[in-house]
Amino acid sequence: MFITNVAILVLAGFVGYAVISKVPNTLHTPLMSGTNAIHGIVVLGGIIVLGLGTDLSVLDKGLLVIAIIFGTINVVGGFLVTDRMLEMFKSKPAPPKQDDEETS
Amino acid sequence: MSPLLATSFIHSGDLIAVLYIVAFSLFIYGLSGLTGPRTAVRGNRIAAVGMAIALLATFLIDGMGNWVLIVIALIIGTIIGIPSARSVKMTAVPQMVALFNGVGGGAVALIAWAEFNSTNGFEGKSLTFVIPSLFAAIVGSVSFWGSNVAFAKLQEILPGHPIGAGKAQQPLNLLLFAVAVASAAAIASGETATVYILVLLAASALLGLFVVLPIGGADMPVVISLLNAFTGLSAAATGLALNNTALIVAGMIVGASGTILTRLMADAMNRSIPSIIAGGFGGGGGEAGAEGAGEHGGTVRATSAADAAIQMAFARQVVIVPGYGMAVAQAQHAVRELATELEKRNVEVKYAIHPVAGRMPGHMNVLLAEADVPYDQLKEMDEINPEFSRTDVALVIGANDVTNPAANTNSDSPIYGMPILNVNESKSVIVLKRSMNPGFAGIENELYFEPMTSMLFGDAKSSVAEITAELVAL
Repeated sequence: MFITNVAILVLAGFVGYAVISKVPNTLHTPLMSGTNAIHGIVVLGGIIVLGLGTDLSVLDKGLLVIAIIFGTINVVGGFLVTDRMLEMFKSKPAPPKQDDEETS
Repeated sequence: MSPLLATSFIHSGDLIAVLYIVAFSLFIYGLSGLTGPRTAVRGNRIAAVGMAIALLATFLIDGMGNWVLIVIALIIGTIIGIPSARSVKMTAVPQMVALFNGVGGGAVALIAWAEFNSTNGFEGKSLTFVIPSLFAAIVGSVSFWGSNVAFAKLQEILPGHPIGAGKAQQPLNLLLFAVAVASAAAIASGETATVYILVLLAASALLGLFVVLPIGGADMPVVISLLNAFTGLSAAATGLALNNTALIVAGMIVGASGTILTRLMADAMNRSIPSIIAGGFGGGGGEAGAEGAGEHGGTVRATSAADAAIQMAFARQVVIVPGYGMAVAQAQHAVRELATELEKRNVEVKYAIHPVAGRMPGHMNVLLAEADVPYDQLKEMDEINPEFSRTDVALVIGANDVTNPAANTNSDSPIYGMPILNVNESKSVIVLKRSMNPGFAGIENELYFEPMTSMLFGDAKSSVAEITAELVAL
């Protein structure tokens, strides 16, 4: 199981590298904020440990609740702020200017 | 998927595994949408749907309890997350990203801590569980505290200039790292006392603080990218410990993305990542409009808004070079108005974007997009540099180091070798700057003393507005 997971880890690294390398400089801030939202997926870890924990102490429950709050802020805030940014890149009804290399 | 099919599978591990596969496929597909501004909005939303599916799948795991606490925590997180993401100004996005990144890292560290407690110090757990958990605890904690410092610096709660113990910094950081690793090794070899995890977390926390505190404001794009990579890797480690493929894939993709960005940023500054981490250079205002040249033998020529307007009105091509100073002054809308006015006079307007202009990768692009600057006018460094020689006026707005010709010519300069925008090749350069006051770390910018350069002092936003007004009146 562990080795399978390590294989997944390595492959995901290569996939991530291939996909992210194609993102242009212009979109690096939204990229960072979007991937930032994605690592908020740790919220699942918090939910699983809290949900499956049988004899958690009050301290542990508190830690996990904070972890889930943190993770949720990360996910919700991250996706929303990325969405706001990307909307700005999109909102350009201006006529498409094909030839930007022209010299007058 | 039909509800019937779903219910027949429900609570089965297979369904959850399938949903996780769907979720991470959507992450990858969504991120690949970020390769173009037209598909990017959809891409981000697809990734968000992936996240919702991953969450749903987690709820289906057999034997889940503590629902009340889970739901309350999710609601609180949402209530905090939505308004902060909605209300943040575009100029403040870097610190927002730092903060979101920090809480993600904090979540990782807290999960590892709670796991340690609830398993009596990982008693009887295999090393394939213990090692990833300890890795997550260290890196998550470093990322949390480091990101908080980055946030405080960007928000100007802490001063932007390097804060540190000077020469003692490196040995101190190494010591803290050694303490964290030693505690981890003790836990992995069977120690179960709570003190070990506490020492591990505390040493990592201090390490996070001490690594980011000495890093100057201008190096922030590298630091934020690096911390982003850290949080991603720690999430992937948590996934290994919990045997959760969604976490592994998502965390690793973020790790890869953060690593790529970190390398790009470091390359754009011609500095190695270790030397940036070592800190002490970069100053509070490397690129900020407020800081700059110290004592210099040369003279600086000041100009007026009216003169700047005349120069630009009769130019064929104007290249605008924005930097952090534009962000600080929130001048992006004023800049757009100026460009519109110039275009009415058939002046070609382009924007030269240096990869590390601002406080995070692509920071300037976001601000200019907010002001509705057409995407195709934003030029990357390699694309715009050959054009400066046939540019009549280069308008530098709050950018400093990235225009400093010393990077090309003066081998004694700390920024020697850094790729820069060759604005000094244009026929005329107008620099908008608040003052000539030397900043905390100020590397002298030779550009300001060159004969074709004139300086327009004042707040970037009002200076740009004045030029526009003069242009209209012309």
